[in-house]
Amino acid sequence: MKRGPLLLVFAILAVAGCQREERDTRPQSALGSGDQPAAVTALEPGGQRPASSDTKAGVFEANAFHLSEGKRLFNWFNCSGCHANGGGGMGPALMDQKWLYGSSIESIHATIRDGRPNGMPSFRDKIPDDQIWELAAFVRALSGNAPKSAAPSRDDDMMPHPSENRLPDAATLGKSP
Amino acid sequence: MAAILGWRLLAGFALITAAVAQPASSPAINPPAAAAPPDDGQWAMPAKNYASTRYSELAEITEDNVKNLQVAFTFSTGVNKGQEAAPLVVGNTMYIVTPFPNILYALDLTKPGAPMKWKFEPNPEPAAQGVACCDVVNRGAAFFDGRIYFNTLDGHTIAIDAATGKPVWNTHIGNINIGETITMAPLVVKGKVLVGNSGGEMGVRGWIKALDAGDGHVVWTAYNTGPDAEVLIGPDFKPHYDMDKGKDLGVTSWPPEAWKIGGGNVWGWISYDPDLNLIFHGTGNPGPWNPDLRPGDNKWTAGIFARDPDTGAAKWFYQWTPHDLHDYDGINEQVLLDMTWQGKPRKVLVRPERNGYVYLLDRTTGEVLSAVPFGPVNSSKGVDLKTGRLIVNPDKKTGTGKVVRDICPTASGLKDWQPSAFSPKTGLLYIPHNNMCMDEEGVEVNYIAGTPYVGMNVRMIPGPGGNRGAFTAWDVAAAKPAWSLKENFPVWSGAVATAGNVVFYGTMEGWFKAVSARTGELLWQFKTSSGIIGQPITYRGPDGHQYVAILSGVGGWAGAIVSGDLDPRDATAALGFVNVMKDLKDVTTPGGTLYVFRLP
Repeated sequence: MKRGPLLLVFAILAVAGCQREERDTRPQSALGSGDQPAAVTALEPGGQRPASSDTKAGVFEANAFHLSEGKRLFNWFNCSGCHANGGGGMGPALMDQKWLYGSSIESIHATIRDGRPNGMPSFRDKIPDDQIWELAAFVRALSGNAPKSAAPSRDDDMMPHPSENRLPDAATLGKSP
Repeated sequence: MAAILGWRLLAGFALITAAVAQPASSPAINPPAAAAPPDDGQWAMPAKNYASTRYSELAEITEDNVKNLQVAFTFSTGVNKGQEAAPLVVGNTMYIVTPFPNILYALDLTKPGAPMKWKFEPNPEPAAQGVACCDVVNRGAAFFDGRIYFNTLDGHTIAIDAATGKPVWNTHIGNINIGETITMAPLVVKGKVLVGNSGGEMGVRGWIKALDAGDGHVVWTAYNTGPDAEVLIGPDFKPHYDMDKGKDLGVTSWPPEAWKIGGGNVWGWISYDPDLNLIFHGTGNPGPWNPDLRPGDNKWTAGIFARDPDTGAAKWFYQWTPHDLHDYDGINEQVLLDMTWQGKPRKVLVRPERNGYVYLLDRTTGEVLSAVPFGPVNSSKGVDLKTGRLIVNPDKKTGTGKVVRDICPTASGLKDWQPSAFSPKTGLLYIPHNNMCMDEEGVEVNYIAGTPYVGMNVRMIPGPGGNRGAFTAWDVAAAKPAWSLKENFPVWSGAVATAGNVVFYGTMEGWFKAVSARTGELLWQFKTSSGIIGQPITYRGPDGHQYVAILSGVGGWAGAIVSGDLDPRDATAALGFVNVMKDLKDVTTPGGTLYVFRLP
């Protein structure tokens, strides 16, 4: 009977490990053409409505495969050309706690899909929708907003900063150092 | 009284003998008179004159009295981005152009406090900010024949009536959807407005255009990559070195089609020699940065063209950095001088170059007379004066999947765009510059129009000695430094030299400094509200007195960490520049203020 708790621990670990990898192996091929609204402001006269959430948010947000793909695509689609490895350059930093157009994965998805007026290009019809979700999930990981168990744990190139699973949550840093 | 008069006479005599004696001891070096007419006290183009000396003959402010300088007036530009522009002064009006959104202000110098006369807002497309590689800077306007000419980030060249502030014409020449922006100051030569594009980090094919100053139509366009016909290379093209001779080198020195997205942009300085009827302009880095993706010499990038201003036809070309490995754009200023070199009178141009050498070129032929490093350089081992070719250090060659460490200078060069000044009184060229090294790793990159096309991970570090900047006075005749001042941060501001033997420059902490033109001794300094990366000027005000003006406001590539609020925890941010500027946020904040000084 001593083995009971140990088995339980193994079982929990195994289940957690599975969730980390659980995904739809036949991704939708649709281009980034959804049009679900994503709030860009917290100011709504008369009080905020509950934020709309997308069913895909939960699927992509905490998934190791999608986060890892997001990291690859972040270079592939030249996101890193403007945002570097999260510190920014031509575009704003993504690893700090400042969000111009909302921090939710839905907002980031909308930012990539539709662009933003001060320089963020629109990738609608250029990047498949599921890949935009992967990118959005990875962008959240840059500021520590992804589960440590799922965020990418290695850099294959010259190290810009500790890997994403070791990056602190920017919001709790108080301010960027 | 008589005694005092006597002293004055004696002092005056001493000055005259000194002035006469000087040429005897060291042969005079002067800009050609046609390119640097006698000083009228105005400042009508960023480089002061066509020879680009940035030297003023005004001498009310001297080494002795500069310590008394006071603020005459200030003016907020209302834009907290990198202020790289030179103010202009024409007649009784000062003109300043801001970074994006590129507002043009006219200030009335006849009234106390120099109130605003008018402003012109071109309202450029905000999306242009997303394709500007290194902050949303503008390097200034130019005055010609009653009009102010300037460029906007979203690719317009605009002519404004200098008296009324009303637009005369507006020509759209750059396309942000392929990554083109315009950041340079135009130069007006023989009724033509010369403008080039930026975008060497976006796979933009570089060009320079001449627009008719009267109505803004494009008179000619010269590309810096591609077939000879489009580069405007014809029968008159006579490069000095064999490496630049051959048909369609702008195509054949690239992998197939790569020249179409190969860079070679014109975002820096142009000089003009009226006697030779030639303009001189540099060309930017080849794209992408990763050299493995573009084997070949990558003509005509990272070099300099001499062109006929009437037709754009190329007369000669010299390539500073063939097959550039490190983003060594060739767009720096060229100062036109006439001097004796090895016993022979020569028409030269002096060029402190990004790759780390001060070049002395015969500007009639493009022959390199000398090339001497002005700071730590290990990416190359000199210039072969027989072939004209830069001798590349194989140990510092970058490539895909390879991390190469401690490459000096950095991608931003030993010196970037920040223009130097030349004083014929001292024979010294005052060079504001950097002192940094870097690690680089080439990576694969996809070309997506309107997005970056770099393919290089970069991480910069301070250079030998730890000081990230320096201000060096270069003895042009002896081809060696006369003195050099260390600065903690890169000296990203321009310089101005005066007949009062005072040289002005600014630091990224925000100090505006006056140093002795002879010794470099610090004579006066004033702390402005933000870091300085602008171009100082000096002029004679309506009251007949000498003034000095500078725009304060940190930014540019070096200051992007502050103006763009970048995160110093990412070593590769701002193409690696952030790693070496981590502490800039601790010493300065964004700003945008004009400061003007005078003696009490």
